[in-house]
Amino acid sequence: MFVFIVRRILQTIPVLLGVSLVVFLIMQMVPGDPATLLAGEGATKETIEMIRHQLGLDRPILYQYIDYVIHAVQGDFGESLRSSRPVLDEIMVRLPVTLELALASIFITVVLGMVAGIISATKQYSAADISIMIVALLGISLPSFWLGLMLIYFFSVNLQWFPVSGWGTFRHMILPAITLGAGGAAIVARMTRSSMLEVVRQDYIRTAKAKGLKEHVIIYKHGLKNALIPVITVVGLQFGALLGGTVLTESVFAINGLGRLIVDAIRTRDLPMVQGGVLIASVIFVFMNLAVDVLYRYFNKRIDLN
Amino acid sequence: MGAAVEGKKVLLKVDQLKQYFPIKGGFFGRTVNHVKAVDDISFHIYQGETLSIVGESGCGKSTTGRAILRLDEPTSGHIHFQGKDLLSLGRKEMRSTRKDLQVIFQDPFASLNPRQTIGQILGEALAIQNVVPKGHRRSRIEELLGHVGLRPEALDRYPHEFSGGQRQRIGIARALAVDPKLIICDEAVSALDVSIQAQVLNLLKTLQRQFELTFLFISHDLGVVRHISDRVMVMYLGKIVEIADKKSIFEQPQHPYTRALLSAIPVPNPVQERERILLTGDVPSPIDPPGGCRFHTRCPFVMDICKTKAPELKRSTQNHQVACHIVS
Amino acid sequence: MKQVDETILEVKNLHTHFFTDEGTSKAVNGISFTLNKGETLGIVGESGSGKSITSLSLLRLIPSPPGKITGGSILFKGEDLLAKTEKQMRAIRGNEISMIFQEPMTSLNPVYSAGEQIAEAIRLHQKLGKKEAWNKAVDMLRLVGIPSPEKRAKQEPHELSGGMRQRVMIAMALACHPEVLIADEPTTALDVTIQAQILELIKTLQKDFGTAVILITHDLGVVYETCDRVAVMYAGKMVEYTLAKEIFTNPKHPYTIGLLNSLPRLDLDQEELTTIPGTVPSPYDMPKGCSFAPRCAHARRICEQAVPDLESIGPDTKVSCWMYTPQWEKEYEAEKKVGVQ
Repeated sequence: MFVFIVRRILQTIPVLLGVSLVVFLIMQMVPGDPATLLAGEGATKETIEMIRHQLGLDRPILYQYIDYVIHAVQGDFGESLRSSRPVLDEIMVRLPVTLELALASIFITVVLGMVAGIISATKQYSAADISIMIVALLGISLPSFWLGLMLIYFFSVNLQWFPVSGWGTFRHMILPAITLGAGGAAIVARMTRSSMLEVVRQDYIRTAKAKGLKEHVIIYKHGLKNALIPVITVVGLQFGALLGGTVLTESVFAINGLGRLIVDAIRTRDLPMVQGGVLIASVIFVFMNLAVDVLYRYFNKRIDLN
Repeated sequence: MGAAVEGKKVLLKVDQLKQYFPIKGGFFGRTVNHVKAVDDISFHIYQGETLSIVGESGCGKSTTGRAILRLDEPTSGHIHFQGKDLLSLGRKEMRSTRKDLQVIFQDPFASLNPRQTIGQILGEALAIQNVVPKGHRRSRIEELLGHVGLRPEALDRYPHEFSGGQRQRIGIARALAVDPKLIICDEAVSALDVSIQAQVLNLLKTLQRQFELTFLFISHDLGVVRHISDRVMVMYLGKIVEIADKKSIFEQPQHPYTRALLSAIPVPNPVQERERILLTGDVPSPIDPPGGCRFHTRCPFVMDICKTKAPELKRSTQNHQVACHIVS
Repeated sequence: MKQVDETILEVKNLHTHFFTDEGTSKAVNGISFTLNKGETLGIVGESGSGKSITSLSLLRLIPSPPGKITGGSILFKGEDLLAKTEKQMRAIRGNEISMIFQEPMTSLNPVYSAGEQIAEAIRLHQKLGKKEAWNKAVDMLRLVGIPSPEKRAKQEPHELSGGMRQRVMIAMALACHPEVLIADEPTTALDVTIQAQILELIKTLQKDFGTAVILITHDLGVVYETCDRVAVMYAGKMVEYTLAKEIFTNPKHPYTIGLLNSLPRLDLDQEELTTIPGTVPSPYDMPKGCSFAPRCAHARRICEQAVPDLESIGPDTKVSCWMYTPQWEKEYEAEKKVGVQ
């Protein structure tokens, strides 16, 4: 297990290098020059050149990149071109907000999805099962920004139960978390259902019944732990979608999180900010995946055999 | 039977065959060890006989069959078939030689394409080897179905419409389609019920006489093996422990493992009182087999020499070879 | 056989049917038998005979839907199991009647240790604490001959060999000293030398615990060496019910005779095996009369028209065949007459 974790951590290094290179190159290719933007309208050619020189943009791309990586490893992502504050500081202000949002929606995805899936599986073909599966189908099909707008319309504007936008209190979290977590919850519910239905047909469930165990012990102790193995993989995949989803959700609910920070930075060609933001998001994503792999291995030790 | 075999021609000769499967692992996914599925075995099959390989799971009996067919590429050794070394043949030559080497597997359903009719399945077998001109194929297929006891109507039906026993007949017909010399039956009747198994065994015997076939019969069921074989080869952990003609192996088994194996099988015979050798423990792992004689960890007659020196397969009587220190 | 013949389990006219889209499958179609204290009853039959469904029916473990026990009674110590509530059944399962299955590879839960799976049953039925139950589980593992049981108890099923897993299953089944053990093809998936170990173990423990055993198998050799009495099943019915030794020396039902002749014997040289022609009828479409009649060499008109009852033809032997009834000769005369006309 230890060797496995160390190996997986080492494997993340080339992944992160690759991500940073791709982001770096894309930003080089996008039209629009940060120096021109920074200099403002009516600036002379010399001023722009000077700014370019100050930013090091006149050096060969490879040098710029290597320089960037060396600094990034030390936690220095440069300064924001817009606010002139260190990129890392800016990100650290926004990151907790996004993490809160992500955790809240993961909670919704996992708890809501699994509970719904278990109910569906244990009461197969019942009214509850059918309704859950219809709602889950909707959850998968609806785009999250539309769902967000509808939630705002009904619960914030009409019923006034929750605030329309912003971040800070528990009440602020609910609608964005539902918006972001709904799609994942639907997928997890469907996966849990099919996985549970598969597991209850297994021989060891029959053994558990023959032992005289109660139905709920059979389902929750002997069934669920096995059924969760494929569900964990799905939840892991959802993390990726979730991080992407924060961008939309933060925009819909006007939340000042990492997603919005990156979007704004792209709009203003704030090169260091975009790079730093995407890199941090990638680090989070890669480590989430690592956590999922470790969990998966914990639940399914038979993998060790291969 | 043993005497009759003497003058016969050798059809297939296996020489120092080894089949090691690598195990990947460690930090960089290197090959850390090998499963020694078949470890240096030599034997031969006479033309027209049935040689059976028996043994428990992991003994290497199926691996041996697969190696002869080159379904897995053996690690080393030679397999001489009609004067050619199969392992040195190129792809093309091997394909044309496969015509003479057919196989029947345990699960006939898994090896029959569910979307093809029986006619198509058999037609394909004929087409690949191109032994029968196109125009005659249909009548050849009907003839084949007749040989295996199926009606010509079967031709237009699909595999799922048949019972297990009938599917195995189809598998046999497919093997017969190309006039093979050697048929390898890998647990071919193991999945069938007793009454159906008897029908298929009788069929195999009849076909062998009719078409002068040679069988390599791989099975774990010693009752079936006694019924069908001329000679029997017993394997344990990738090694041959005993080869003999049927009569002597069943009536005078010499290797302690063979004796234990035979005595372990419950026999419904109130007259025959048998000594039972109950082996303790499980078969050791073929990844790291015991040194010396591989059976020494479970052998009730183990001696000191067994733990250090591997016994060679030696002739004990005319038609009997054993690898055991006690016997020699 | 030496024990006092005290009936522990009595099955009367049991029917278990499966209701599927293809129709009704009468998997178990009216079987009756008794099991005495401490004895071993073998139930033999080929696939589709209904032997496994019978064993699952006894503990009411038939997957429902589509399966349902549609009739009959199962008297355990005089009380009908079919009349019990689910809660009462749970107190019996794994405690007074327990079961082991064919596939030791898949019958244990892959995510719990062997010890935990045994201890669970002990905690449940004997109301022992966690520690005591665990210790008892380790004792059971030692009893079923697993070396270094303390270590093995902590291992998960994938770390154990097939033979050891079946030992764990046996330990689990016997942990609460049941009065009846149902073993459904317990050695079919195992190699013969391991099979011999497991059968020996079941025999020894049965003697020590005084457990009655129902052994479901397709292997007549296993029946001969382990059972006191034997029931032969064919197409959901019991065709013969007799002493285990008797069935090999003096089989009565034409199906039993055919089955024995089909068996390639380890102890005999046979040039040709005598076979039973044809195949088992579809469970959705059973013949009107005796279900074996279409394959039977002796069948007469009456066999195709009416189902024979399972009737005693000796002190220990029951058979369900028209050949052994008074009607048989009459039928012969009648057929001759028809032939003459």
